[in-house]
Amino acid sequence: MSLPMESILLPGNPACQGCPHALGLRALSVLENVVLVVPAGCTTIISGVHPKASFSVPVLHVPFASAVAVASGLAAAYKQEGVEANVVVWMGDGAADIGFATISGAAVRNEDIIVVVSDNEAYMNTGIQSSGTTFWKAKTTTSPGGKSEEKKDLAGIMLMHRIPYVATASVGYLQDFVNKLRRVSEIRGFRFIHLHSPCPPGWRFDSSKTVEIARLAVKSGAWILWEYDGRFRISSPSKPYKDETKRVPLEEYIKTQGRFRGLSGEDIEEIKKKVEEQWKFVLTMEKTFK
Amino acid sequence: MRTLLTGNYAVAEAVKLSRAKVIAAYPITPQTTIVEKLAEMVEKGELDAEFIRVESEHSALAAVYGAAIAGRRAFTATSSHGLLYMYEMVWWVANARVPLVMAMVTRTIGPPWNIHTDHTDLLTMRDSGWIISMAENVQEAFDLTIQGFRISEEVDLPFTVGLDAFQLSHTAEVVEVPDQQEVDEWLPERRQSYKVLPGNAVTIGNIGPNEYTAKLRYAMAKAIEDSRKVIEKADNSFGEKFGRKYGGLVEEYRLEGAEYVVVMAGAWCGDAKDAIDRLRDEGLPIGMMKIRYFRPFPKEEIKRLEGKEVLVVDRAFSMGYMGIFGMEVSSVIGDVTNVIAGIGGVDVGVEDFEAMFRKFASRKLQRLEWWPREVFS
Ligand SMILES: Cc1ncc(C[n+]2csc(CCOP(=O)(O)OP(=O)(O)O)c2C)c(N)n1
Ligand code: SF4
Ligand SMILES: [Mg+2]
Repeated sequence: MSLPMESILLPGNPACQGCPHALGLRALSVLENVVLVVPAGCTTIISGVHPKASFSVPVLHVPFASAVAVASGLAAAYKQEGVEANVVVWMGDGAADIGFATISGAAVRNEDIIVVVSDNEAYMNTGIQSSGTTFWKAKTTTSPGGKSEEKKDLAGIMLMHRIPYVATASVGYLQDFVNKLRRVSEIRGFRFIHLHSPCPPGWRFDSSKTVEIARLAVKSGAWILWEYDGRFRISSPSKPYKDETKRVPLEEYIKTQGRFRGLSGEDIEEIKKKVEEQWKFVLTMEKTFK
Repeated sequence: MRTLLTGNYAVAEAVKLSRAKVIAAYPITPQTTIVEKLAEMVEKGELDAEFIRVESEHSALAAVYGAAIAGRRAFTATSSHGLLYMYEMVWWVANARVPLVMAMVTRTIGPPWNIHTDHTDLLTMRDSGWIISMAENVQEAFDLTIQGFRISEEVDLPFTVGLDAFQLSHTAEVVEVPDQQEVDEWLPERRQSYKVLPGNAVTIGNIGPNEYTAKLRYAMAKAIEDSRKVIEKADNSFGEKFGRKYGGLVEEYRLEGAEYVVVMAGAWCGDAKDAIDRLRDEGLPIGMMKIRYFRPFPKEEIKRLEGKEVLVVDRAFSMGYMGIFGMEVSSVIGDVTNVIAGIGGVDVGVEDFEAMFRKFASRKLQRLEWWPREVFS
C-alpha cells in the first residue's frame, strides 16, 4: 500500500484505540501545503492539549458550524496573496448537520477547498447522539430505542451541487481513500469526500475491529464507494457488490455492533430495503454521468 | 475631494481606500447597500479584493475571520438580526485576537419586524472584546472606518463602526474624501501578531489548561484597556493629517461652564446639539458629552462630570434595569437621570430634545423616563 511515510498526525495523540478519525487523518498526509480547519468534535480532542499539538501542519480550530466558511476566507486570502495551499476542512457528521448551509453555500461558490466529512454516524464528542447520517435503527443516547428517522445521503446531496469532485471513502480501504485524495490534489475548486468512519465506543465494538467493520459495511453493500469528477464511477472495492449475490448478508455487518442489539427481523428487512434503494441511486448515477 | 455620499456609501468608500482584500457579507436592511457598493467596486476592478457571497452572517464573519487570520485586511457589515445570527463568531474573532473591521448599521430587534434604528443590536457586543465606536454623521462614519483598521491592527482586537439606520446609512451628506495616497500615508500596511500559513505548523484554538483561557482573557482585558491611548493617538494623528479631530473616546460639546450635561451617542446627537445651542442662547448652562466609543468605556472622561446634573439619553434598554448607557454612566458617577427614547426608530427631533432638556433643567423628569410620556401612558 502506498500510504505516505510521514504522517501529519503525530504519534502519542489522544485518540481512542482504534479511532477511525486517526486513520483518516493520517491519510491526509498525501496532500501538500495543508492548512487544516477543524470544527468542534472528537478531532478537537485528538488535536492535543496546549502547549502541545498533535499535528505537524497548521491547524485552525473553529466554531462548530463555521468551518467551511472560515476555509472560504482562508482560501480567498491565499489566492489574494498568491500562496500555494490546500485548505482542508476535516469535520464530523454533526458539524455537517449544523453547518450544512455553509457546506452548500461554499459548494455553490465552488470555493477552492477540500471538505472531508469523517462520518462516525453520530455526535461522538458529546456522547453518541443521533445525527442526520446515523444508520437506520441504530441506538444512540438520543435514540435509545433505535433511530426512527431517515439517514441522509450527504455525498449524494453534494453530487447534486455539481461541484468538480465528490467521492465516498472508507477507513477500511485507506488505499482507495489515498487515491481519491491524490486525485483531489490535481483538481481545483470545491472537492468533497464523505468518509465512512466506524467508531468503537460509539458503535460498541472492540477497538481492534475498526477496519474489519468498515470493510464489512462495504462488503455487505451498506456503504458504497464511488467517485465523481465529471464522470461517476463505482470504486473498485465496491465494484464486486454491484452484484447483490456477491454481498455478505447485511446481518453479518449488523451483528458486529452493539448499537444494533435487539433489532427484529422486520427491522433488518426494512434496512435492507433502504440499502437496495441506495444501490439503485448509485447505479442510476453511474449511468447518468458516464 | 468633497462628495455627496450616504453613510453606507461612505463606509464602502473608506473600506476601498483602506485597501481591504477580502470582503464577505450577507444582505440585511439597512446594511445592504454597503456591500452592494463594495461588490460593484470589486466587479469593476476599482477595488482589488475577493468578494465572498456567503450564505449567512455567521458565515460572513467566519469567512472574514479566515481571511484575517491568513493575514489579509478583511471587512464585513451587518445589522440587527444579522448580528444576532453571527453572535457566536462575534465572540470567537475577539477571543482569537484577530484584527478586522465590521460596520454595524444599528437597527432594532424584532418582533415586530422593524428596520429602523435603535442601539439594542450594537450594544449586545458590549462584553465581547470588540472595540465599539459610534458615528454621529456620515463624515465620522467614514473617518472611523479608516481609523478602525489602524486601531484594530495595533491592538489585535476587532473593531466595529456603529451607524444609525437611515439617519446615517441612507442619508446623503457632503463628505471630505481624501485621495488614495493620503490614506496610504496615514494607514500603514496590515500588521498582526500571528498568521496561519501553510508550512507554519501552529495549532490555534485547541484545548488547554483552564489557566490558559484565563491568561488569554487577562491579556485581552489589558489590550482593550491599552486601546484607549491608541484610539486617542489615532484621533490626533488623523486630525493632523486630514484636519478632523474628534476628541478620542468622547466628544465634548459646549461643556465650558455647563452645569447640565447630556450624555448620548449616535446620529441623533446632531439634533440634540441644535437643541443645546438654542438653550445656551437663552442662557441655560447646558452641554453634551458625546460617547464616540462604547468600548473601551470612557470612564475617565465621564468621571469629569461628577458634581454636574447629568442626563443620559438612551436608545437601548436593559430589560429589568435601565437604559444601557444610563447604567454604564451611573456606574462611574452614581445616580443619573435616564431617558429612554427613539426605540424602534421613533422620531426624536430638535424640538423634542429642546423640550426634554428644559424639563431636565427644571427637574421635571423622572429618574427613569420613557420619552415621550404620552406614548407610554
Ligand atoms: C454551536 C454548538 N453547539 C453544540 C456544540 C457541542 N458539540 C461539540 S462537538 C459536538 C458533536 C460533534 O459531532 P460530530 O461533528 O459528528 O463529530 P465527532 O465528535 O463525532 O467526531 C457537539 C454537539 C458546540 N460546540 N457548538
Ligand atoms: S469516540 Fe470514536 S471518533 Fe471519537 S475519538 Fe473515540 S474512537 Fe475516535
Ligand atoms: Mg460524528
